Amino acid sequence: MTQLVLFNVFNGLVVGAFYALMALGLSLILNLSGVINFAHGGFLAIAAYLAYTLIPTVGFWGGLLAAPVLTAVIGLVVERLLIRRLYGRDPLYSLLLTFGLAYVFEDATRSLWGAQSLPYPVPAWLTTPLSNRLFFLTGYRVFMVVLVGAAVTALFLVLNRTRLGMRIRAGTHDLETVSVLGINVRVLRNLNFGLGVYLAGLAGVLAAGMLGLEPTLGSSLIMPSFVAIIVGGLGSLPGTLLGGLLIGVASGVTTVFLPSATEAVMYVMMGVVLLVRPHGLLGEVGRLH
Amino acid sequence: MSHDPLHSKFSRRAVLKVALAAGAAQLSPRFLSRARAAEPVRIGFDDTLTGTYAALGKNTLVGCQLAVEQMNARGGILGRPVELVVEDSTSGDAGTAVQKASKLIERDRASFILGNVNSALSLAMAQVTSEKGVLHIVPGGHTDAVTGTSCHWNVFRVCNTTQMEANAVAGPLMKSAGKKWYYITPDYAFGHTLQAGLEKAAQRLGGVTVGADLAPLGTTDFSSYLIKAQSASPDVIIFLPQGADMINAMKQAVQFGLDKRFHLAGAQQELEALEGLPPEARVGTWVFEWYWKQPNVPHLQEFVAAVKQKTGKVPTARTWQGYAATWSCALAANGAKSLEAPKLAKALENMKLPPEIGLMPDRPFYRAGDHELMPTLYVGNAQAKGSDDEDLFHVTELVKGPDAAGSVEETGCKITWPTT
Amino acid sequence: MRALPRRAPDLLVWALLIAMPWWMPAIGGYTELASRVVVMGLAALALNFLLGYTGVLSFGHAAYFGLGAYGAAMTLKYLAPSTGLAIVVGVVAGTAAALLIGALIVKLRGVYFAMVTIAFGQVFYFVTFRWNSVTGGDDGLTGWSRQPLRLGPLALDIQHGERTFYYFALALFALAAAGMAALLRSPFGRTLLAIRENERRARFLGIPVERHLWFSFVISCLFTSLAGALFALLNNFTDPRALRWDLSGNFVIMAVLGGMRSFWGPLVGAGVFVLLQDFISTRTQNWMSLVGAIFVLVVLFFPRGVLGVVRRRTTA
Repeated sequence: MTQLVLFNVFNGLVVGAFYALMALGLSLILNLSGVINFAHGGFLAIAAYLAYTLIPTVGFWGGLLAAPVLTAVIGLVVERLLIRRLYGRDPLYSLLLTFGLAYVFEDATRSLWGAQSLPYPVPAWLTTPLSNRLFFLTGYRVFMVVLVGAAVTALFLVLNRTRLGMRIRAGTHDLETVSVLGINVRVLRNLNFGLGVYLAGLAGVLAAGMLGLEPTLGSSLIMPSFVAIIVGGLGSLPGTLLGGLLIGVASGVTTVFLPSATEAVMYVMMGVVLLVRPHGLLGEVGRLH
Repeated sequence: MSHDPLHSKFSRRAVLKVALAAGAAQLSPRFLSRARAAEPVRIGFDDTLTGTYAALGKNTLVGCQLAVEQMNARGGILGRPVELVVEDSTSGDAGTAVQKASKLIERDRASFILGNVNSALSLAMAQVTSEKGVLHIVPGGHTDAVTGTSCHWNVFRVCNTTQMEANAVAGPLMKSAGKKWYYITPDYAFGHTLQAGLEKAAQRLGGVTVGADLAPLGTTDFSSYLIKAQSASPDVIIFLPQGADMINAMKQAVQFGLDKRFHLAGAQQELEALEGLPPEARVGTWVFEWYWKQPNVPHLQEFVAAVKQKTGKVPTARTWQGYAATWSCALAANGAKSLEAPKLAKALENMKLPPEIGLMPDRPFYRAGDHELMPTLYVGNAQAKGSDDEDLFHVTELVKGPDAAGSVEETGCKITWPTT
Repeated sequence: MRALPRRAPDLLVWALLIAMPWWMPAIGGYTELASRVVVMGLAALALNFLLGYTGVLSFGHAAYFGLGAYGAAMTLKYLAPSTGLAIVVGVVAGTAAALLIGALIVKLRGVYFAMVTIAFGQVFYFVTFRWNSVTGGDDGLTGWSRQPLRLGPLALDIQHGERTFYYFALALFALAAAGMAALLRSPFGRTLLAIRENERRARFLGIPVERHLWFSFVISCLFTSLAGALFALLNNFTDPRALRWDLSGNFVIMAVLGGMRSFWGPLVGAGVFVLLQDFISTRTQNWMSLVGAIFVLVVLFFPRGVLGVVRRRTTA
């Protein structure tokens, strides 16, 4: 039993890391631009499919590097053409727009790549278990944790050590002042959106290796990201990271004792957090608007 | 943010104009076409073309379309051309499935309804079709209730019941792998009945259930169930999830090396799922409902060639189910010499499918007591690649439908006919 | 004053509604589609009570819709073959949930509120999905159907008569619409408008904002669950998809498409959306792209909705 629980805690961390990666991208976009990006799951799926198409030419690692970047470019275009028009308007509109985009993305992936589930090729050495006793620790799961860790570290470095990052952070506090200081806010929002979509794309390529690759891949993964943000606290990236990991582990442990409640538990956590600490675990008070 | 009002007014007007024009263009042809002569016989297709089951629904559609083409080449139904009216039921929205069924019957005056891959939608649609008295053939919805406790006089089914699949695979699996079985079951009606069917069949042969886990639908990570399974030391680990769940479960099982230590098996398996698996995960003993490589079955090559020409891929069981279901409509009508549903239903009872449609070693027939087709079931092993890139299943044993099916009483079906 | 219904548009709307079973087939529809328009229209109208009139975006209304549907379905299947009781149970279920959830979330605003309503909606979805033994899980709830209504000596065969069911649904719709209109015209309704326009000022005036929001939320969900109960009766079936967030999104787009600032806007939006979706999905398997494109176009070019454009023309 302890082996089972331990495994599920580790597994929960893997899943949680993955949720956190997705949620971080969503959070970036939400914090700076106030846009709830319902199409986040769609970008995730597109990146996975792009990687699948690229792998025969550039290999697994090439796909991992290139696909998220290409998806981020698509994100930049989408922001420039569509989402930019909605800043300053009620958040309702950007929500509806991205909602519609999610439909379009799902249908597009189905039209371009077919409804059939596709086998995503992962290098053999990654899919073998680490040892016979720890047979359930495949290299791929460890790889996922390592990669997410690296990506999150890189993200925090970008946010704290680069000028772009500083501007983004300043913008989430007070965009007006940033604009008055002479920063091109349009470009900033655009790049920020691209960065958020990059993270979604990276999550997508990772997901394809573990889950099946099919057009509905993205829509099932978007809800946990929302919950992670709510639990961790709106406006706080460390909170989002923590939120993702927490709900991942909670789900993992629940699977052992009550499998049917695996998803419900993250919503229960959300309910508890809302009752006890409405602005989230690490969220800032006054961010409720 | 300054927004040029003139510019936005023009864009808005332009969009509105285009939309209205498109809408008008859609409406007019229909009014025109009403005036044409020789009113066609319409077969309504209400199945999953989007969502989780899209691949299965689309393959079913290919079979239906091929059948209609062939029918029309041979003079249609009762001398009238046949038209296949296609509607997307979506993979899970019962409201849409029911809505489209009503539409096909009320507006399009379909004489036949085909659908659905999703068992739940099949049941919902069956309520509508029996309420309105239209012949309904279910190509691929497996829940036992369709020809069991919820059977109707106007509903027929081509694919197997879960009990049939369970009975077919239990014997061969017991012989080849062992008596101790561990189940990983998807937590919905299909999974429950399949597990119950397998347990019943296994028990008759001396099998033992060493454990079972109910995995919620949509589970992506089966690792905890797999760990539990391996610690129970079974002879066989039975995988009952379908579609994307099946793919995840098998991928993970093989990643953990479980295929080297235990026998992996299950009941229903499909070519679509095997195609979605990486080659090394194509293992295990399963039941197929129909397979494209069968020696000594006449007309099979033509069918495979015709489908390959349409789609570039070989037909799957779903393709055949759509094909057989659609052709059954024509056969019923030509046999009954009428399009009245009660007569069509009576004509279908005990009807044997001709060899070029049955495409099986024996001729499948619709059992009168429950309207279930009695086909051949194919027990075999998945393989990474056979003689052909798409030959992913190696058939080891053929089971006759009547042998696999229980008696009509066991299904719980009692058909009551309308009193007109 | 613009937000209140005036006479002429009302009469036009009612005339169209009463005659729908006749003009609907003429444009390529069918009677059941008309019933769908009424049911969805009711849900959109109820959502707009919160969205258009109180200025609060809820993206999780499908939960209450679904609760209404399951309440009705489970009553007919497990309790008693009574359509009336089914509707009552459905409405009670949805309203009870709204009372509870509303109290929890009433302090949140804007984006946060929207996200939380989405997440709570999902809780109910998963409960329905997983609690197989009671709700039928993924398979949904079958084996029941709407029963004929007996009002004393009269019997309304809503079970077999499609037109009869349409008028039954329309009657309930009329009651609900009248109820909502009356509420909006009352002092309570005026207060909601005040809150929508400027919450801070309303608070300074001493208005208990949270309590009003809570009431508005509960009323909105009450009528949404009524729509859900009717939806289950229409299909003689219900399944978890009636609670999913994409249905919530559809309600919002109906309200926006028709015009959030007018009373009948959501009904118009529902009509357009239901008809469009039916027509488009018949013609192409890529209907999802087109529906998604509609969302995008409406947001970018018609944020005031159909009635918003009409109003602009008549006042220009």
